[in-house]
Amino acid sequence: MLNAKKIRADFPFFKQKLKGKPLAYLDNAATTQKPRQVLDAMQEAYVARNANPYRGAYALAVEATEAYERAREKVADFIGAEPEEVIFTRNATDSLNIAANLVCASRKRGSTILLTEMEHHSNLVSWQLAAKRWGHRISYVKVKSDGHLCREDLEKKAGMSPLVFSFVHVSNVLGTVNNAKQLSQLAHENGSLACIDAAQSVPHMSVDVQKLNCDFLAFSGHKMLGPAGIGVLYMKKELQEEFEPLFGGGEMIKKVSLGGASWNDPPHKFEPGTPNLQGAVGLAAAIDYLMGIGMENVERHCQGLAAYCRKELEGIGAQLYGPVKGAGIVSFNVGNIHPHDVAHFADKEAVAIRSGHHCAQPLMNALGIAASCRASFYVYNDKEEVDRLASAVSRAAKALG
Amino acid sequence: MAAEDIYRENILDHYKHPRNKGKIAQADAEAQDSNPLCGDEISIGIRVENKKIVDLKFDGSACAICIAAASMLTEEVKGKGLEEAKGFSKERLLSLLGIDPGPVRLKCALLPLKVLKLAIYRHLGKNPEKEDGLV
Ligand SMILES: Cc1ncc(COP(=O)(O)O)c(C=O)c1O
Repeated sequence: MLNAKKIRADFPFFKQKLKGKPLAYLDNAATTQKPRQVLDAMQEAYVARNANPYRGAYALAVEATEAYERAREKVADFIGAEPEEVIFTRNATDSLNIAANLVCASRKRGSTILLTEMEHHSNLVSWQLAAKRWGHRISYVKVKSDGHLCREDLEKKAGMSPLVFSFVHVSNVLGTVNNAKQLSQLAHENGSLACIDAAQSVPHMSVDVQKLNCDFLAFSGHKMLGPAGIGVLYMKKELQEEFEPLFGGGEMIKKVSLGGASWNDPPHKFEPGTPNLQGAVGLAAAIDYLMGIGMENVERHCQGLAAYCRKELEGIGAQLYGPVKGAGIVSFNVGNIHPHDVAHFADKEAVAIRSGHHCAQPLMNALGIAASCRASFYVYNDKEEVDRLASAVSRAAKALG
Repeated sequence: MAAEDIYRENILDHYKHPRNKGKIAQADAEAQDSNPLCGDEISIGIRVENKKIVDLKFDGSACAICIAAASMLTEEVKGKGLEEAKGFSKERLLSLLGIDPGPVRLKCALLPLKVLKLAIYRHLGKNPEKEDGLV
């Protein structure tokens, strides 16, 4: 286990108390808190380095450009990509929408898009809209009640050579870790592109796009100690030439005339408009912070807390969903008590957990539940916070059961 | 926080022993709605005679606040005229509940009222979209 107390000291957020109690923040799959190092880096980028990257010849603009490109290199290193393959976006949702539209627009009507029932709405509605716009259809790999993809269904549907297979790496509801390498390979064997929603995996484990050999990979800065408003779309180099940009504007062009334009080199081709310099710098600082801890340690710590949490909740009779061996996410229900009521009792103890459908309604349908409670962990959480959650859950069960 | 203790005695009582819960035989109108945020789902069936709600029942899966609100609301409007029930204000329901549920849970508390009004409009053959302010 990491020394969570020591880590917490880096987070100004945890200086505050809620109802006189220290806040046990267990909703990290939704968003994470930010360490001082990230806030300072962003502040510094505003105070000392604020100019429009790429657009000026003066020293400050050059510095801004360099800071932005250094952040890109940092991200690229972190996921095993080339800097040119890292496209900065607003968040994972933005990244997935871009991927969906690029892919769907690149083929004639009538292709199939393969998704899974496990997807977050980000990797679902994005493709539904793009497929409708460009005249493609969607099919979905079934999820079994144990929270894993159904192997036969997967092989059958992947075998029908869809245009693309886009899937979640780590489920935000169940913590299921899909074998992304195998799934990418399966896609490629069938002549499909592979797109990975890595919003819950990049923050929690070492992810290497070379090893996964995917074509696209999407994640958000705010779920990994970085700021909101910055996300990443990794896009394999070979594809970057093939795709036409979706959006036009400044910096994505080489030459513009009234008759048309030619495109700047990737990744700039896919980054129209003034970039989010401070967001990129903040994300780079978050990566530094995580690398300082070590991604293996982050993963082990969160998995350890999830395992402990499952054990404690099981001990008080909670119903748990998803695989026992998953990422740092625990979904549960207590008797027939509505998750909102459970979350409310937890809130009274200054324990923040999520309740509801977690933006994955088809998955909830597949599991046969309307909603669940979810505790999700990160580097600053510890067992004592899990104990507080368990005691709040018991109290809810006693009052409402 | 407003929601410091919304699980009052009377709310727990209605939650654990909901009045008018179940399915009504031969309903004159039924309606159903859900709260997209949390998945609360409530359906209400009403029986009407001489422009009065002579009987009604609610059903669904929802949080304690929503169940308690449905229980209290159905108890309150049973035997009342359609017009009065149609004009039932959210303030009146909140004062029945006796709590301020706070901005997030307010939707849970008001869902049963919305569903009741949908059922009434359906019975009257009116399009609820065209009526102002369901709740
Ligand atoms: C698996 C998964 N995909 C995508 C997203 C979307 O992330 P964002 O809202 O930052 O775009 C989330 C966030 O909840 C997620 O958990």
